[in-house]
Amino acid sequence: MIEALFFYLFAAVMLGAGLMVVVSRNPVFSVLFLILAFFNAAGLFVLIGAEFIAMLLVVVYVGAVAVLFLFVVMMLDINFAEMRAGFQKYLPIGLVVGGILVFELVAAMYGDAFSGATLPAASEISNTRALGNVLYTKYMYLFQVAGLILLVAMIGAISLTMRRRSGVRRQVIAEQNMRRREDSVEIVDVPVGASARTVATVPPGKRER
Amino acid sequence: MLELSLNHYLAVSAVLFALGTFGIFLNRKNVITILMSIELMLLAVNINMVAFSAYNGDLEGQIFSLFILTVAAAEAAIGLAILVVFFRNRGSIAVEDVNMMKG
Repeated sequence: MIEALFFYLFAAVMLGAGLMVVVSRNPVFSVLFLILAFFNAAGLFVLIGAEFIAMLLVVVYVGAVAVLFLFVVMMLDINFAEMRAGFQKYLPIGLVVGGILVFELVAAMYGDAFSGATLPAASEISNTRALGNVLYTKYMYLFQVAGLILLVAMIGAISLTMRRRSGVRRQVIAEQNMRRREDSVEIVDVPVGASARTVATVPPGKRER
Repeated sequence: MLELSLNHYLAVSAVLFALGTFGIFLNRKNVITILMSIELMLLAVNINMVAFSAYNGDLEGQIFSLFILTVAAAEAAIGLAILVVFFRNRGSIAVEDVNMMKG
């Protein structure tokens, strides 16, 4: 009973947040509503007994992906109001397509195809341990490939966004270490009363010590 | 109604998926919002996977959901990187400006 109430709470907040992601005027609000939607989806996952995926959703989506979105939205200087032109124009077709999608999916559901399944009793080993037992044995290669995909994504993102800018003075450690005193410091004997500019400077190497 | 079944989860995920599609249609000019809509659709797919996995007592759905999560994270990272580079070059991220490769 209380489970069902929580289900409706999580589902309603998640769908509301999802709607706000789509229609919100300011993309920053969109990202924040996206975070809310992810949190409520994690609640749904906990409710259904998939704790590991729920925590992963919070860590990966809320902690990494949504924050990345937030960074990009705030970093780019874009006139978002101008981008919303034509918002009204696309509303009807969007509603039609979305409505057709919902209708088809729900119609498929209410054909009796999935009604027999009931939630099996919770096993004594935890969800995380059960997942690990399968993931690190049967799906070991797929797991490695997933790591490879993340590596490729990381390298790709870095190499895409890195650039060499000209006209920027950077610290070059090697040049600093190669520098000798003779190259940089010049000792000038200034006679009393003469300014340094009138004295012929001796090249640093030939000067007597 | 107060007894949860698989259909409840499927209905929620269907509506969320449709919301993602709706968002793509609605924000056709804003790439960032389109990417967010894609994230919503992937979340709906994940809910479907996990719901089927839990109700059938089979962990494969959750494993698959894990991989979907991985690919979604990679996709978001690459997509946003491309977006940043594009903005640096063109000063805009409107979808109709993306026509540099149009012969």
